[in-house]
Amino acid sequence: MTDHAVPVGGPILTRPFKWLMALFGLSVLLLLWRFFAGLGATTALNDGYPWGLWIAFDVVTGTALGCGGYAVAILVYILNKGKYHSLVRPAILTSALGYSLAAFAIVFDVGRYWYIYRIPIHFWQWNLNSALLEVALCVMAYVVVLWIEMAPPILEVMQEGSSPFFKRLAQTTLPLLNKSMVFIIALALLLPTMHQSSLGTVMMLAGKKLNPLWQTPFLPLLFLVSVVGMGYAVVVFESTLSSFFLKRPYETAMLGSLAKVMAYITIGFLAIRLLDLLYRGVFGLAFTSGWLSFFFWLEIVLFVASAAMAFSPAVRANPGRLFQMAMLMLLAGGLYRFDTYLIAFDPGPGWSYFPAVPELFITIGIVALEIMIYIVFIKRFPILEEASPARSRA
Amino acid sequence: MGVDRRTALKGMAVAGAALLASGAEDHAREPHPAPSDAVGMLYDATLCIGCKSCVVACREANDMPPERTALGGGIYDSPISLDGQTRNIIKLYEGADGKSSYMKAQCMHCLDPACVGACMIGALQKREHGIVTWDGSRCIGCRYCQVACPYLIPKFTWDKAIPRIVKCEMCVQRIDQGKIPGCCEVCPRNAVIFGKYDDLLAEAKRRLKKNPNRYYPKVFGETDGGGTQVLYLSKAGISFTDLGLPALGETPVPELSQEIQHAAYKGFIAPAVLYVVLGTVIWRNKKAEAKGKEEKP
Repeated sequence: MTDHAVPVGGPILTRPFKWLMALFGLSVLLLLWRFFAGLGATTALNDGYPWGLWIAFDVVTGTALGCGGYAVAILVYILNKGKYHSLVRPAILTSALGYSLAAFAIVFDVGRYWYIYRIPIHFWQWNLNSALLEVALCVMAYVVVLWIEMAPPILEVMQEGSSPFFKRLAQTTLPLLNKSMVFIIALALLLPTMHQSSLGTVMMLAGKKLNPLWQTPFLPLLFLVSVVGMGYAVVVFESTLSSFFLKRPYETAMLGSLAKVMAYITIGFLAIRLLDLLYRGVFGLAFTSGWLSFFFWLEIVLFVASAAMAFSPAVRANPGRLFQMAMLMLLAGGLYRFDTYLIAFDPGPGWSYFPAVPELFITIGIVALEIMIYIVFIKRFPILEEASPARSRA
Repeated sequence: MGVDRRTALKGMAVAGAALLASGAEDHAREPHPAPSDAVGMLYDATLCIGCKSCVVACREANDMPPERTALGGGIYDSPISLDGQTRNIIKLYEGADGKSSYMKAQCMHCLDPACVGACMIGALQKREHGIVTWDGSRCIGCRYCQVACPYLIPKFTWDKAIPRIVKCEMCVQRIDQGKIPGCCEVCPRNAVIFGKYDDLLAEAKRRLKKNPNRYYPKVFGETDGGGTQVLYLSKAGISFTDLGLPALGETPVPELSQEIQHAAYKGFIAPAVLYVVLGTVIWRNKKAEAKGKEEKP
């Protein structure tokens, strides 16, 4: 992995950090309420809309935002673009956090959470027809894999530490880990390929409840392709924010070429999306579906705007505009997921859903927790590249 | 660098081909006929007088208390729709043309149920007699069954800290004792009858043939969504979509997604091949990188 990553250092308990702690504390109280009073008391979920904000955002969009590690690993390890190597560690960290918290969100979303442990263990009860089972198993495995990938920086700190036990642990584990990294990285590429596509397959079973503009046999492919684009956007987003808040130089040149890769993937996504609609003969619905037409076009406009920005050399040379481009892509991919899981899902007349306030604040608290852990990690562990002038890597 | 890239692209091409090859063979799904011991119900809307005896009998048979809603002033059993307290309900359809009909809503006990295909760990399964039942010792409460069911049948007890999935299980506990489902036992007009699936389908067709003017010309459930063990007859001039049943076509709801899923994961070959290819490419790239470093001054 990176040789020149160093802890950023500095105090943890800054004022913004305390605000994040307050938001997380509030969500803990609300979660206690959810566990004692049930889902009906704390959410707007109902029999028509059994999945709401927590699934559409925390799980489906959250894991997509956690695909930075996946997207960068494809570039670095498969296409052998070594110059992006310094992006790997921070990207894997955001992935590990995104996925861990998505897994946590599942625990409070499901009604009978005390049986969750059986999903990975009771293999004789597995229903291999269930796309959701595949998602659940892959996500669980991927969380473990991501934390194994995050182990070297943690062990590196232990190696320098004062505790003789941890020192020995690190000294014996690190070489072992480095030797087996190939197997782990290959797994870290395989698992998201499997479950991010299956997240699309999951909604195929919703059948006619999902509007035909979104319901298609290409859902798995569309989910997979868009998640790679979102992965690069997350890396641009996260790297720019880190540079801004930590007052470090922007990695504009590298992020700019990443943006170009993202733009080509987006073109591919849009081509599949539109050809599928034409092939199934439902493109007309894009003009006649009322407010769903609006969301469809909003999605398309966001994707197109982001890709168009990424193709412009002026944008690629400007950290601020690169950041805007990444935001547009994340909004586009996020909206595509929200549309598929929630907005374009219509169980029939009489049903409606809009997230309840406790539901919303629990999600906000989880995001706050994610940011807090990220801050602690980059300040205490060697995640980010040294702030010296960017070294060129062959 | 050029060599690595070529290796990488070649590797990906191999992986892609393997995925396609494993998907191409043997992805047709087996058909799901009714099991040989299948039982079912036949609801004839032309006979129903909307007395709701079946709703009460269903509560008694399944130990479920009355649902007192604001609709009934908080006094009467007055469920508005199927929910965590109600497994069976009689609704009234009134068309613009003045035609009206009662409608019994309950689980259809599909031959190829979407809920069973959805359930990760077999809490919902087609068990004896083809009856779809819920096993509380397996369910984790993920509610994918609710997302999947085209008839919106599985219901969740949202108000409970320890929630359950509630649906009609054709009074399987009574069938085990040699009795018939509560609703069919009490119906004063035999608007809903219980029996062997094959007999009921034949009976439905016989009624259609004998009184073509009385009925809407179709047995709902014979083929809809792959077929259901609960069959419906409707009045002439009132379609099944009028009665609130979805227009599903003949393909079982879970068919397409399962075919795609099975094509990608048949025997777990494609993921295994992809894993080996990914590992090889990464290993070769790393080796080339290490060599490049050594050669540098």
